[in-house]
Amino acid sequence: MNVANDSQSETQLTMTPTPENPPGTQLLVIRKIAKSFGKKPVLRDVSLSVAEGEFLTILGESGSGKTTLLRIIAGFENADSGEILMASENLLRLPPYKRRVNTVFQQYALFPHLSVSENVGYGLRVAKLSKAEIRARVDEALAMVKMSAYANAKPSKISGGQQQRVALARALVNRPRLLLLDEPLSALDASLRRDMQQELKSLQREIGISFVFVTHDQEEAMVISDRIALLRQGELEQIASPREIYNRPATSYTAQFIGHTNLLRAEVKDRLARCGSLSWPVNLADGPAVFSVRPENIREGTAARADAISFRGTVLNQAFHGATDLLCVQAKDGLIFVIRLASSKGIASEASFEFSTSDAIPVRDSAQANDERGS
Amino acid sequence: MSARPDRTGYASHPPRLLQAYAVSVFGFLYLPIIALVVYSFNGAGVGGFPPRNLTFDWYRMLFADGAIWTSVVNSLIVAFAAIAISLTLGIPAALALDRANFPGKALFRRLVLLPLILPGIITGLSLLMLFRQAGAKLGLLTIILGHGTALISVATTEVFAGLQKLDRAQEEASLDLGANYWQTFWRVTLPNLRLSIIGAALLIFTLSMDEIAVSFFLIGRDNTLPLEIWGRLRRGITPEINAISTIIFFFSLLLILIWYRLRVGAEARTELAAEPASPP
Amino acid sequence: MFSRAYRVAVTLPPLIWVIAFLLLPYALLLCYSFWSVSPQQEIVHAWTLENYRQLFRVNVYLQTLFRSMWIAARVMTFSLLLGYPLAYFLSFHAGRRKDFLYQLVIIPLWVSYLVRAYAWKTILGSDGVLNTLLQYVHLTRHPAEFLLYSPFAVVLTLTHIYTPFAILPIFASLEHIPRNLIEASHDLGASTWHTFCKIILPLSLPGVLAGATFAFVLSLGDFLAPLLLGGPSGIMISNIVVSLFGAAYNWPLGAAISLCMLILILGLLFLSESLEKKWAYR
Repeated sequence: MNVANDSQSETQLTMTPTPENPPGTQLLVIRKIAKSFGKKPVLRDVSLSVAEGEFLTILGESGSGKTTLLRIIAGFENADSGEILMASENLLRLPPYKRRVNTVFQQYALFPHLSVSENVGYGLRVAKLSKAEIRARVDEALAMVKMSAYANAKPSKISGGQQQRVALARALVNRPRLLLLDEPLSALDASLRRDMQQELKSLQREIGISFVFVTHDQEEAMVISDRIALLRQGELEQIASPREIYNRPATSYTAQFIGHTNLLRAEVKDRLARCGSLSWPVNLADGPAVFSVRPENIREGTAARADAISFRGTVLNQAFHGATDLLCVQAKDGLIFVIRLASSKGIASEASFEFSTSDAIPVRDSAQANDERGS
Repeated sequence: MSARPDRTGYASHPPRLLQAYAVSVFGFLYLPIIALVVYSFNGAGVGGFPPRNLTFDWYRMLFADGAIWTSVVNSLIVAFAAIAISLTLGIPAALALDRANFPGKALFRRLVLLPLILPGIITGLSLLMLFRQAGAKLGLLTIILGHGTALISVATTEVFAGLQKLDRAQEEASLDLGANYWQTFWRVTLPNLRLSIIGAALLIFTLSMDEIAVSFFLIGRDNTLPLEIWGRLRRGITPEINAISTIIFFFSLLLILIWYRLRVGAEARTELAAEPASPP
Repeated sequence: MFSRAYRVAVTLPPLIWVIAFLLLPYALLLCYSFWSVSPQQEIVHAWTLENYRQLFRVNVYLQTLFRSMWIAARVMTFSLLLGYPLAYFLSFHAGRRKDFLYQLVIIPLWVSYLVRAYAWKTILGSDGVLNTLLQYVHLTRHPAEFLLYSPFAVVLTLTHIYTPFAILPIFASLEHIPRNLIEASHDLGASTWHTFCKIILPLSLPGVLAGATFAFVLSLGDFLAPLLLGGPSGIMISNIVVSLFGAAYNWPLGAAISLCMLILILGLLFLSESLEKKWAYR
């Protein structure tokens, strides 16, 4: 039973994982890539595509297969089956040094015995460009990442953030068709990370080539991506823009992984969903169903309108998060809700809360999807 | 990262030429030893191809040879004494290099490590002059002193490496809980260095049993095993030598396998403890 | 964290031993080199430069020294030529068998020097394995004389003994190279060969230097292999020293030669160390 397609929302369809058409022409088409390490499957028939000029993030926990997928695209791992097409050519047939793809490594991998400018010019020297051309492009690349002053320094003498910029310049100077970034910001501390996220984003817009970015940090993914591909245990869970994936999660896993959510496990009978003491009309077939309600969509109130549901509950905990408070509320029937309200000091220990029925998004149950995995 | 297979997926087949070259270098390293072993069973003694008349005669002669066994006993005495000296001085030396700062530390470090790289003749000769000046008679004792001095560097290097892997916090915890420095040394530091010490002891034992360059100059009336063999070699080749050499070879093999298993086992255990969950 | 008493207790015993048994002997070596020996075979403790003058005046000493250095240089070169590819293979292509093959490299090191030198003697002799094998397959009709009792035999044996010494530091430095540097090089378009020349080789130089130094220095001072296999044409400088402390009984002259060797070796070690520091990128 495909709950998602019967969503009562009429605007956007929740996207199910298939290689759909992203905006613009497709630069890279990944078809059914599978990979196992020994007996352990790491990627299971993953398919997706990357558009020209888009910033795609592959998001997932450790063990999801995201880094392995990236390394297969780069050429450092071989896939067991499947193909990757770039400009109608199967990339997997080429060794890494023949692919028009460059990588920014997680630990930067700068050559310690070469200076910054020698590092950046490495790929150009391999391609045997003229000295003048190399110098010009290296200068240009260093200026782009604001590292011109350090051209003659050795990598050991510059900071982590600076090394990362050099790694970026070294990759971009070769004008690849696709840039791969393997969790490049994970070693930086929080504020530097935020700055670099913005810089990467504007850099990508400025240069215009496609970036494929791997991370486990969902906030980071939301901030910088044009689209997010969420991987779970080697399978593509959902691929959509950040707004789409947040507002219309396809599965319970997606809903929980990205941002906070409340998952309501309900039973649908005669077009009515029942969960605990709550019930509301839905346009779904009979049977079990899971709904996701975002904490910010729940507010204080008693559901005066017809399309809202309300409940009374006890405030168990109120955590101050700056602009908002995160409340943990237990309803009369025992259901626990996480609610995000504008920060205030005066919430009574018992209050009424409400949310619109349209904010209860039906999602596929990931636990159930696990059972279906055999097919 | 350590639990992963080799990370160069596409370069997994070694070039044929390199493989063949590696095999031939291994061959070069082992063929002489294999020939030695084979010929220790050769009826016609050393030399001649192909080997004929496989026999245990030479081994029988060997076991009846009193002088050889006396020298073996001497060598064992020297080896164990050398282990005692080297460890007793090498462990503090490693601790000193790791934890103390004093004028001349750099010189001290170089001096301690020098016998490792210097040809044995220089160490042997200089010690000979020392004993001569001091009027000491040459004998097993002087050989023991020579071995001990030369092999302190082995103990120091092994224990120093072990100290780097030691978690300083453990010793700090011990002090925090009320133990003094001496107690901490015996209860915390030493047990953690157990592997390094055993490894050092095995290495020192093997090197001492084989030591000939330094012993050459410090020898008195009693021979160590290598010197006994050396003496016979100067007089001519006897197949007995093949037999004893073969025995030495297999014994060394055994020791090094033990050493290696110990070290790999301990490293695997510490890695398992530190390893995070699953690959990304 | 460590009290003064601790640090003193830990430093003093080895320090005293080292002074007594290393520093003092070297000082004695120095002294002896300036003394002389009387015709009655007694050491005369009068300071003189005679030994050093003899060293430079009498040809045989310098000749032998240069021959020894030439032998050592050849041993070093062959050890590197044999050892580097093997170390490379072990580090990059050994896969699951890496541990096992590493043990295979170490084992010869632990086998007695004497045993290995002796093994070569039996192989290279005119009645030896190699000669009889060659005659057996009719490649030669008479035993090849040059195999044994020649500089060739010494170089061959010493190479056999010191190649593992060269392999270990090279292997260690190759292992130290982060694999992501190699991936980065491939990522930027360099082939395997190019990556080797520009990335792997430069970064492995400290290990190569260490291995080369070991092989050279230890070969230079070797006296056993020449005694067993060198014959009259394979005599090395240490053999001269040995005879001066033995039958030829001239300890002061022997000390002078040893001191020169020591200074030469220390110089090489110093050079090697400063180059290693210069080329180590960490």
